[in-house]
Amino acid sequence: MRKRVDKERLLGVVMISPSILAVAIFIYYFILWSARVSVSKWTGLMPDYTYVKLQNFIGLFHDPRFSIDIRNTLLFTLLFVSGSLIVGLILAILLDQDLKGESFFRSLFIFPMAISYIVTGVAWRWLMNPAAGGRISGLNLLFDKLGLDFLINSWYTTRVWGIAFIAIPAIWQMSGYVMALYLGGLRSIPQEIREAARVDGATEVEIYRHIILPMIRPITLSALIILGHMSLKVFDLIYSIAGKQVALDVPAIYMWQVTFDGLFYGRGAAIGILLLISVAVLIIPYMRYSLKTEESL
Amino acid sequence: MIRSRSRYLLYIPLVLAALFFLLPMYVMLVTGFKSFAEVNLQTMWDLPQAGIKLDNFKEAYRNLAPSLGNSFLMVIPAAVISSILGSINGYILAKWKFKGADVIFPLILFGMFIPYQSILIPLVSFMRQIGLYGSIPGLVLTHVIYGIPITTLTFRNYYATIPKELLEAARIDGAGIIRIFTKVLLPISLPSFVVVLIWQFTSAWNDFLFAVALTKPEAWPVTVALNNMAGSQIIAWNVQMAGSFLAALPTLVVYIFLGNYFLRGMMAGSLKG
Repeated sequence: MRKRVDKERLLGVVMISPSILAVAIFIYYFILWSARVSVSKWTGLMPDYTYVKLQNFIGLFHDPRFSIDIRNTLLFTLLFVSGSLIVGLILAILLDQDLKGESFFRSLFIFPMAISYIVTGVAWRWLMNPAAGGRISGLNLLFDKLGLDFLINSWYTTRVWGIAFIAIPAIWQMSGYVMALYLGGLRSIPQEIREAARVDGATEVEIYRHIILPMIRPITLSALIILGHMSLKVFDLIYSIAGKQVALDVPAIYMWQVTFDGLFYGRGAAIGILLLISVAVLIIPYMRYSLKTEESL
Repeated sequence: MIRSRSRYLLYIPLVLAALFFLLPMYVMLVTGFKSFAEVNLQTMWDLPQAGIKLDNFKEAYRNLAPSLGNSFLMVIPAAVISSILGSINGYILAKWKFKGADVIFPLILFGMFIPYQSILIPLVSFMRQIGLYGSIPGLVLTHVIYGIPITTLTFRNYYATIPKELLEAARIDGAGIIRIFTKVLLPISLPSFVVVLIWQFTSAWNDFLFAVALTKPEAWPVTVALNNMAGSQIIAWNVQMAGSFLAALPTLVVYIFLGNYFLRGMMAGSLKG
């Protein structure tokens, strides 16, 4: 019997090994390969692995465009993450009130998740059309018609702060996801806890503020990390709204352009590695935490 | 729960939010259904006045048809293969833990979160070396492999909930590792397969980065073709809007009919089963 189990366990390893091999190559070997490119001289079409120490990284930190990228990423992350959390939480609380039509609204708020960032980008590019005067259109035209002229603005073409407006379609796309996370948390709180607080004379607002919100704090942390790591990787959405304008540049777009348009492979790989490190700093502790809590269940 | 009549006031923010979420869809559709003659940026919010015309959708379809076909050709095998691999991996990791499995599993999972920019240069070089650069099979392979983490996770979490006794009963009947999988677990795995298939279908369909890095124009999936169409000066914005809707339609249809399964895939993506 023992022998049979051992033999079968071995067969199990054989069954999973193609996937392990694929992951080992396409993820870990490729990361090492990228790391090697990032410390190489490689520019142009032919690979050149001449070691240049950290020159590509040092170059990036002296590169004004990369400073813009970091600043844009931080600003975008701040607005996108906080916006999605706030909108998501509000929607979740609204849907937690046992209203008629709840499932319709819920589906509606989540559907943008099923759509590609490219589609979102194309549609929002026209909604956020900055044209003024007689050629006014998109949301600006709507604001004009509704008498909300003070809201008319030049959107993502706004100087210096253009990147902030990219957060709007991003929030549109992801706040439903946050809502779903929160709603799951709210639903797992037993009715008795709310009832008990009500009996003690707590108002609804107090119940949320002092009992429910503290209980769903771990969800905020998860959402923060998931959205944060998405935000570091943002590419498609900005690319489809604005193309490759330096004013709206982020590391993922710079990486693309410097590598495949500019053929500075060393520098492109360095950006990739920096992105990986920043994502890993967020995700590894989160994974450890998630896997640990899962085991204790 | 807020009781009292003021509950109905809650519909005000809900309806406002609904309008915000519907905005892009509204514009895509009202624009799409106008005739060419009627299309005008300054009347983009108005409903079609001259009846429903399909000019824009026809023109968009004419432009996007080959890439829509490519997307289907790419997405279906990618979703099916990565789901099958995920179910095998999940089964082994949940029920046949081997030495080192506790290290391997997080290492696989991490692949779900990495920024693909950090593997893009090797990926493109590698695909050129093995002769799959530029083609649909190369893109399928890419989606299959980078899909392994999430499909494995979903199946592992599901199989972990299956009681040991069920497997042991099958063992006593003489079933081995493969028979237990095919006769006991696979028949009850349909919901997980739906979750994973939908998730993989959606993410491969919506992918842009891999597609733009790995395919040549004749193999472009619809996201790349749409982005190019939107970037060109020749194709009018109204056709772009109709094209966006066409590109969104397949995943939207899946979402409308199988939304709950989609939601479960979404939760798995944040490690929340």
